[in-house]
Amino acid sequence: MGEKVLMKGNEAIAEAAIKAGCHHYFGYPITPQTEIAAYMSKRMPKIGGTFLQAESEVAAINMVIGVSSTGKRVMTSSSSPGVSLKSEGISYLAGCDLPALVVNVQRGGPGLGGIQPSQSDYFQATKGGSHGDYHNIVLAPASVQEMATLTQKGFELADKYRMVSMILADGTLGQMMEPVEIEEVSDNQIEKPWALTGTGMKREHNIVNSLYLKPDLLEKKNIERFEKYKLVEENEVMYEEYMLDDADICVVAFGISSRVARNAVNMARAQGIKVGLLRPITLWPFPKKPLFEASKHCKAFISVEMNMGQMIQDIELAIRCSRPVYLCNRTGGMIPSPDEVLQKIVEVNNGGAK
Amino acid sequence: MAVVFDKPKALTDAPFHYCPGCTHGIVHRLIAEVIDELGIQGDTIAVASVGCSVMAYDYFDVDCVQAAHGRAPAVATGVKRSDPTKIVFTYQGDGDLAAIGTAETVHSAARRENITVIFINNAIYGMTGGQMAPTTLPGQVTQTSPYGRDVNTVGYPIKVCELLSGVDGAAYLERVSVHDVAHVKKAKAAIKKAFQNQIDGKGFSLVEILSTCPTNWGVSPQKALQWVESDMIPYYPLGVYKDIYAEEESK
Amino acid sequence: MSTLNILYAGFGGQGILFSGKFVAYDGLIAGKQVSWLPSYGPEMRGGTANCSVIISDDPIGSPIVEKPDVLVAMNLPSLDKYENEVVPGGKIFVDSSLIERKVERTDVDVFYIPATKIANEKKIPTLANMIITGKMIKEVSELSLDNMDTVLSKIVSARHKDLLEVNKDAVRTGYDYE
Repeated sequence: MGEKVLMKGNEAIAEAAIKAGCHHYFGYPITPQTEIAAYMSKRMPKIGGTFLQAESEVAAINMVIGVSSTGKRVMTSSSSPGVSLKSEGISYLAGCDLPALVVNVQRGGPGLGGIQPSQSDYFQATKGGSHGDYHNIVLAPASVQEMATLTQKGFELADKYRMVSMILADGTLGQMMEPVEIEEVSDNQIEKPWALTGTGMKREHNIVNSLYLKPDLLEKKNIERFEKYKLVEENEVMYEEYMLDDADICVVAFGISSRVARNAVNMARAQGIKVGLLRPITLWPFPKKPLFEASKHCKAFISVEMNMGQMIQDIELAIRCSRPVYLCNRTGGMIPSPDEVLQKIVEVNNGGAK
Repeated sequence: MAVVFDKPKALTDAPFHYCPGCTHGIVHRLIAEVIDELGIQGDTIAVASVGCSVMAYDYFDVDCVQAAHGRAPAVATGVKRSDPTKIVFTYQGDGDLAAIGTAETVHSAARRENITVIFINNAIYGMTGGQMAPTTLPGQVTQTSPYGRDVNTVGYPIKVCELLSGVDGAAYLERVSVHDVAHVKKAKAAIKKAFQNQIDGKGFSLVEILSTCPTNWGVSPQKALQWVESDMIPYYPLGVYKDIYAEEESK
Repeated sequence: MSTLNILYAGFGGQGILFSGKFVAYDGLIAGKQVSWLPSYGPEMRGGTANCSVIISDDPIGSPIVEKPDVLVAMNLPSLDKYENEVVPGGKIFVDSSLIERKVERTDVDVFYIPATKIANEKKIPTLANMIITGKMIKEVSELSLDNMDTVLSKIVSARHKDLLEVNKDAVRTGYDYE
């Protein structure tokens, strides 16, 4: 076991990636994720890796495509407006079945928005976000330690399913420091016979491509890809439950909101309100089953989000609208306070919530 | 019977989909011959772009990745940085390289990225059916410049070799043509040099090849070749625009 | 103790984030749960800056300190903004060389220390933050100087080892200030 050190969430992502065998990083400066690039620019030259500050987010994600097509672990990071620029490349990664890690340290939007923390890219991350039929695996850390462990998990899942893993964090998690321990993990578990390594005149040429001009072929490709997505939905859902067993009310929150919500749940419990928390760790695949199970004993749900209400739709779908789902939200870079969440819990408990 | 003409090894057996009289086929062949002659087929990785040559990955018998429109130099950067021992080339048209991908072109040159860029300039968007390109000549009629390119409203063509010759990082820039046998030979020599430069670690090399598009120009293949000579070459003069190593040697 | 919520507030450039890190690392070495959260963005360039530090025996929920047990105010806007947020019975540390007014609350313990003035006199003008931190460590029972050497060696970068001693001296000065 290594020593716990105090690190910023952004730095923890970078170090965890390196310790997962990611030796290629391409990025472009944007607040509040720039520490990732700064950290990589220090570390990569020392380990013989690549740090390259690209001319744009668009170029950076395409450099990621280049490295990934050769079979090596690679990542890029950005914040909301920059991730929009990367979306074209993310669609190509999906269409080429290439693994990669993309980090979004979210800030308020739309447009240039602000630089304070936000969760308003939930739709973009979980519903695809770019053109075409596809999904990313979306991981939502809620601590600096999880910034590290989910980064490493993200690489593992990306390789396993040949998909993009996205770390959906926010400015708070990126900027805050907490104790963290980062382990070295193996990166060579999975064979990549599809990778472009040069034929060496020993095999047929490999082609990494997303173009299928014959619609029946493209349809087949997409159906196959969705069979893979089904496996991910069956096997890779991650979530955490807190005081949910006997709860009448289920608060659902991810990332930094879940920590605020956890405080509120403690405060409500102290008042004798039977409330629990379900924290999705994978936002795609979304923890539909545990939410459905919770709906059997919870009379109401509260979605705590830093946006105008995005995940709430997935909650309603997961429980098939069998219970009311209330929204407790702030947006634009504002973070809900534990008191605000508590107030919503009390209202819902009294049956007076809107 | 002695074989006097054969297919280069670096080409697959797939028949080209290109229109009659299009010079993509000639350039494909030249690249494949160079790959054969340099003995690098097993180590070469091609980056196809978006345009008529989008399916180049089916024709080159080397590992290939197909890049988004304009992004081939960025993808090539990733491939090359991942394994600098591989020979990486992009194959891009004028819309791809000089319009949507201008930033990637300029910056990969500025970084002296050790890649080879083959740039097909035929003054038109071929795949989408003949729209005005960044290299469409002043006055040239296309689907989206039906009254001829009016430089007062849509601006002037981009002269890629001239533009990049001001970028310190660019190592080798040459403009060639394939409109007749003599020029085809010169084009092959330029392509070979651009690959050899990469093998020698000399950095960013780009060969601009003036090419034809009889279908979208609306002329016969023969007329198309003549138009390259009569109209394109005067606007896009052939020659070496930059060769930093030759410049050093001559000092 | 269960949870100690500390809020540092002042101008960018006063070392607010650094002293927050010092206290957080101290908690880490003492085996506690800790979190450190800065305000970020243009504040770094001279606007207002603040930093939330939580030290706890239990897992930390929100890292944002809204109701501090301890407020360190290093300029007037910070005192104006956060004085009323401090929990009853909490502690406020005021840099009295930069803040002329007194704390109005009567249900909190207040400590005035002319940290910036002392720092200037000692020719360590950038270390007022560590002087006031020293005083805080003295007065807040959950904190101690026991691990100061280790903590400083963790947070002072290897390039600036010469700053270790002056930082220690600054913390001691504040600690001994009556």
